[in-house]
Amino acid sequence: MKKVKADPKGVLTGSHYLDGDYAIAEGALAAGCQFFAGYPITPSTETAERFSERIPTIGGVFIQMEDELASIAALIGAAWGGKKAMTVTSGPGFSLMMENIGLACMLETPLVIANVQRGGPSTGLPTLTGQQDMMQVKWGSHGDYEIIALSPDSPQECFDLTIEAFNLSEMYRVPVFVMTDECVGHMHEKVVIPPAEEIELVERKWYTGPKSKYLPFKPDKDMIPFMVKAGDGYHFHITGLTHDERGYPVINAECQDVCVRHLNDKIRTKADEIIRFEEDKTDDADVVVISYGITSRVTTRAVRKAREAGLKVGTIRLITVWPFPEKRIKELAKKIKAFIVPEINYGQVVIEVERCAAGQAPAIPVSHCGGWVHDPDDIFKAIKEAAQ
Amino acid sequence: MKEEDRLQERPPIEDFLRMDRIPHIWCPGCGIGTVVTSFAEALKKSELDLDKVAILSGIGCTGRVAGYVKLDSIHTTHGRALPVATGLKLANPELKVVVFSGDGDIAGIGGNHFIHAARRNMDILIICVNNFNYAMTGGQVAATTPIDANASTAPYGNFEYPFSLPYLAEASGATYVARWTALHLRRVTKSIQEALGKRGFSFIEVITPCVTLYARRNRLGDGLNLLKYYYEKSEIQHGADTRTLDISYQGKLIVGKFVDKEKPTFLDCMNEHLGKVLGDKYQPYGVYHDGD
Ligand SMILES: Cc1ncc(C[n+]2csc(CCOP(=O)(O)OP(=O)(O)O)c2C)c(N)n1
Ligand code: SF4
Ligand SMILES: [Mg+2]
Repeated sequence: MKKVKADPKGVLTGSHYLDGDYAIAEGALAAGCQFFAGYPITPSTETAERFSERIPTIGGVFIQMEDELASIAALIGAAWGGKKAMTVTSGPGFSLMMENIGLACMLETPLVIANVQRGGPSTGLPTLTGQQDMMQVKWGSHGDYEIIALSPDSPQECFDLTIEAFNLSEMYRVPVFVMTDECVGHMHEKVVIPPAEEIELVERKWYTGPKSKYLPFKPDKDMIPFMVKAGDGYHFHITGLTHDERGYPVINAECQDVCVRHLNDKIRTKADEIIRFEEDKTDDADVVVISYGITSRVTTRAVRKAREAGLKVGTIRLITVWPFPEKRIKELAKKIKAFIVPEINYGQVVIEVERCAAGQAPAIPVSHCGGWVHDPDDIFKAIKEAAQ
Repeated sequence: MKEEDRLQERPPIEDFLRMDRIPHIWCPGCGIGTVVTSFAEALKKSELDLDKVAILSGIGCTGRVAGYVKLDSIHTTHGRALPVATGLKLANPELKVVVFSGDGDIAGIGGNHFIHAARRNMDILIICVNNFNYAMTGGQVAATTPIDANASTAPYGNFEYPFSLPYLAEASGATYVARWTALHLRRVTKSIQEALGKRGFSFIEVITPCVTLYARRNRLGDGLNLLKYYYEKSEIQHGADTRTLDISYQGKLIVGKFVDKEKPTFLDCMNEHLGKVLGDKYQPYGVYHDGD
């Protein structure tokens, strides 16, 4: 993995007062993203607006596509044209992107998609918050595949994790998702953008061997194949059909097994390196609250109150939601009374916690259907009940 | 035979095909192969640097073309070759980008991308094989099926108005529009060659027999019969008004080059406009000069 310093051209070094949507755009620019294709949708549009305003003086392309199917498709083309590429959307647009998210996975294409979540299903709550696409991001396209999804809890993290998303996408040649929500997207806070030389970027894993020997899907030692760009004389072929290392379609169960296992295992076997979460006071906890994004900030208040009331409560804040910290949940399940999982949906990540806990400790949802962040007291009550 | 002689005798198409993927999947008598031959011939004549030519297809029988041509080639999803091509072109503007796909792919499921890429005058060449049906999935009715023609999902004949693709292309903003049949080998080659030499959104429709499905279902004989029929029924009218190009079932086919004009491309417009508004602050993008 080759690391380089960010190009100062895209880095707006300084201390700013930005909302999460803008911070995502700044993160992308700092990461060297030169291609943005998008379609307006509340509450994500400000990211596209910011990018379209900033990119002309940095050097790159912003294009508003005809729909979200086109946006994600254009990202795939741009990535194979050699650029770092991103888009941003929300529920309805995210649904439209699903087929080509599968293509991006199949073609092992690095790209970044931010989803500023709103309440669903369907048009739902365009202007109000939700965390209802957390399962869709993992399972929404057909077939077996793995992706990486991050969940920022503040505008600062929108900036930081967008850079991280680009780095992970290059490292693993996989689409990476910044799963934020309306609340963080529209929240204004201080965002500190460091000098370019303090921002480390992962360079694309460029192939440098003989032209005739290039195989677009031959796993390297770290399982990740090398990449080239169109126009450099490799005459590569890539297809969404099940393919061999050459990228040629092979329509049988044997090739399917190798191809699909690879797409999944390159992430599954590296999960420990990818997974990031913050853990606090779980050593002697009776109850552990697992939360992510905006909900983890509300959780902080509930947990403070619970500790003041003498309850032994720990927290896990997920930074990567996918892959999921299965091992840690399993360990904790053996020694605690219960997990509490507040999230702005009718029960999604809680199902994963329940699966990982495997009956050793209950996973108690604190769910609602979106439109508002939790009342900390609802989380507090759940902690209190579970601790008794 | 001496090595050079043998090389000279080698059919030119081999240089452009992934011979390790031959035999191809197309039915005997299918017209797609002849269009690919014309494309290869045009590429050769164009003397373009093949390292800088990329080809993309969607899904369908025609969609398989990208898999057989020895260029940077992307086989995308159904209908989405054009937006992928848009991203590719914009990311690496020195590429000559060609989309080679079927009528269903380009004008049915991908219709929205088609009109918008044309509207933007995206510098892309589209070669559209129109076989009047969704062949890959078994001959279903398409947005191009003539009225009265039979299809597997129009078992009593089609009653929907079809698109006239050249009209759609011109109305949407294409700067080069032509229609031929697959039997007009030389003309197809010439058109592709011309379009490869142009900048802007170019569209070439090639009416091509699908022997196995469309022809059989409509009892139109074998591929050769059908080709001959198309050829005889076709009338060359260069510059014809694209509003007059409707295709009726087994009726007259007006072919020719209908549009050939110059217009700034998406990137030309972007650079021009942003340069004007932002002055020196603007970072021109993707401006290449021949010989640099
Ligand atoms: C999203 C999606 N819907 C449907 C299909 C099934 N499908 C595959 S090819 C095809 C039609 C292709 O027709 P056309 O583009 O005219 O190509 P042809 O086979 O006639 O050359 C369809 C409907 C698909 N692959 N993807
Ligand atoms: S089904 Fe029709 S279009 Fe497809 S390969 Fe056969 S003849 Fe050609
Ligand atoms: Mg067709």
